[in-house]
Amino acid sequence: MKTTHLLLAASALAMSAGAASALDLTLVSWGGAYQQSQLKAYAEPYMAMHPDVNIIWDESSAEAVAKLRAMNEAGNLTWDLVDVTVSDSMRLCDEGLARPIDGATELAPAPDGTSADDDFGATRVNECFVPQIVYSTTFGYRTDLVGDTPPTSVCDVFDLAKYPGKRSLQKRPIDNVEWALYCDGVANDDIYDVLSTDEGVARAFAKLDTIKDQVVWWTAGAETPQLLADGEVVMGSTFNGRLFSAIAEQNQPIAMLWDRQSFDIDGWIVPAGLSAEKEAAVMDFLMFATDTQRLADQAKYISYGPARASSAPLVGKHEVLGIDMAPHMPTDPANATNVQIYDYGWWADHRDDIDAKFQAWLAQ
Amino acid sequence: MSIKTVNIPTPSLTGFTLPINAAAGALLGYLVGTAKHNPLPGVVLGALFAAALAFVLIRFAPSRAAGRIAGAVITGVLGAVLSGVAGLVFGGIVGLVLSWLAYWLHSSDYRASVPVYATKGDVLWHNTFRLICGLIFFFLIAPIVVVIPLSFNAEDFFTFTPAMLALDPEGYSLKHYQDFLTNPDWLRPLKNSFIIAPFATIISVSLGTLAAIGLSQSHVPGRRAIMAVLISPMIVPLIISATGMFFFYSRLGVFLEDTLHFSKDLSGYIKVILAHAVLGIPFVIITVTATLVGFDRSLTRAAANMGAGPVRTFFKVQMPLILPGVISGGLFAFITSFDEVVVVLFVGSAVQKTLPWQMFIGLREQISPTILAVATILVAISIALLATLEMLRRRSERLRGMSPT
Repeated sequence: MKTTHLLLAASALAMSAGAASALDLTLVSWGGAYQQSQLKAYAEPYMAMHPDVNIIWDESSAEAVAKLRAMNEAGNLTWDLVDVTVSDSMRLCDEGLARPIDGATELAPAPDGTSADDDFGATRVNECFVPQIVYSTTFGYRTDLVGDTPPTSVCDVFDLAKYPGKRSLQKRPIDNVEWALYCDGVANDDIYDVLSTDEGVARAFAKLDTIKDQVVWWTAGAETPQLLADGEVVMGSTFNGRLFSAIAEQNQPIAMLWDRQSFDIDGWIVPAGLSAEKEAAVMDFLMFATDTQRLADQAKYISYGPARASSAPLVGKHEVLGIDMAPHMPTDPANATNVQIYDYGWWADHRDDIDAKFQAWLAQ
Repeated sequence: MSIKTVNIPTPSLTGFTLPINAAAGALLGYLVGTAKHNPLPGVVLGALFAAALAFVLIRFAPSRAAGRIAGAVITGVLGAVLSGVAGLVFGGIVGLVLSWLAYWLHSSDYRASVPVYATKGDVLWHNTFRLICGLIFFFLIAPIVVVIPLSFNAEDFFTFTPAMLALDPEGYSLKHYQDFLTNPDWLRPLKNSFIIAPFATIISVSLGTLAAIGLSQSHVPGRRAIMAVLISPMIVPLIISATGMFFFYSRLGVFLEDTLHFSKDLSGYIKVILAHAVLGIPFVIITVTATLVGFDRSLTRAAANMGAGPVRTFFKVQMPLILPGVISGGLFAFITSFDEVVVVLFVGSAVQKTLPWQMFIGLREQISPTILAVATILVAISIALLATLEMLRRRSERLRGMSPT
């Protein structure tokens, strides 16, 4: 009697699991409001058009490189499409873990016939990478904790006398060392030349030392908005979309400090070694999800700039709030007056070295 | 022989009750003062107020019930004047505590549970001990309790907003519970957890019970070594087990899919269920082994003597007697699987995402209070589960005539 029950339950499980597998596509992304915008702009319309496709999300983009390497070694690939940053896409492409994508045949051209490669322009940094959005890492501050003169420059982050209190910075050297050197008087064009020397790196850490005991280090994009909402920090760096969400959607007393925002690009890679059936399904989804209209649609849900030039004029209003999204884009001319150009190539060469020095400096 | 009643003298009002009450008031005043960024005036005002309240109550309200209500009303009104609805509620609670303390001290109730011959030091130690116990209890329970009000936050942050602190209904909402119960991001993991945990429990309980019974036989060679191997998943750091399991179960998955032609989803569930069963087995072995210590071996021999085979003996004689151990082992195995996040992150794919996995992601990427709503629901379920078990245990004790009372 008991055994029959068990068998029944086991077969019920087998059937429920089997029925769900019409065609599951596992998309890997970053979670939060960003993944929600991808769900609304790409996945939901696509699933409405293709009822036989079921899209499942895995919020593991932060470990994309490590996990894809492990999956490759174990011969057990469970991801179909992975959202990564530019630097991760370079590593994955170099190691052969990501599949090259032909811009002429596998991506949709712009409505006016411009080829996808030309439409993406400089954002398509390598043949494996299909860019989606341009975002920036920038500062937000509590409007009620900065007195009558709100900060206007990134160097105000380093000014403890004028703006006392804690500030949050990302727990990595990228951006932080560039900001430190810029505020230590290094000219924009010389920052990477200075950083290429040991003295330059030491100089950046010396500048960061001046605020080190007032810094809260964050690793997840949600931390700075939470710390700002709590009033635990006066100002903090994070992704501009997270700040937009806290300011416009959650009505927190926070304002943007666009000065020296640091641009980065996020996009898809297709893991190498998918089965033919999966690969065909993924490539079909990818062509749909990165066309001009879909990238413009994404901007209705989050304030990240579409990576295609042809999408920019189509950016409209926020889906729920109905406010114009263009002034909240990091690429808007009013916001992009003083931008930090993040040099991928330089960081690809120096990342390991400066990461080690940064960790040692943190532990001091 | 005559019985002497000892009259405990009423303690001195000015030398005993008022100072202690003032100290309690100072502590509460410090907490309120800190919240208002003025700790020192808070201490002074709190001490004065508590002493005055105790004095007035004891002098003019000999009836304890009336006095306590009066104390709560006075403090509550004062709180309401200072800071509205929240002040009324907090003030009422503070009034109840302070007036209780005043009567407790003044009527000598504080020595009610110590023998009459106890010295002052004994009484002091007895009550200090109770205070320490209370503080330990608070230390254990506070981190769990603080989650509950935050889960009703109307905003998307882990913060007590000013509206919440003022007990303004606007500051509270059920939207995080609604999100949990309607959002597929949460419903799918919930379903997965309720698929994976019961199957892992069934496997752990069956294998663990068999192993415990086998290992309790004195003629099994190398019992201790086998036991150590079986317990090892509990002792080896989980991250190490998880790394090994990742590669082991990857191969198993390839075999299931390519040779047996299972679907990828089904093989994924099988991998996670087996991995969780491995983690649950040690708990079952330990609890069942502990129960077997009290099991009378002569019963199995008696059953054999009467012609019952080993299987029949097991189900009719041994199993009913060790059932409490099996059930509590099963409960531990269930909770292990239901709480587990490390192994499932390695072994599972997104299709098998469980509730703890989703909570982990939510905490890392989003800091969404939906996690707190889920946590509150899980706490409620755990309490209900433990209460049910305890009731069942008492019932079976009563049936067996072993009632502790």
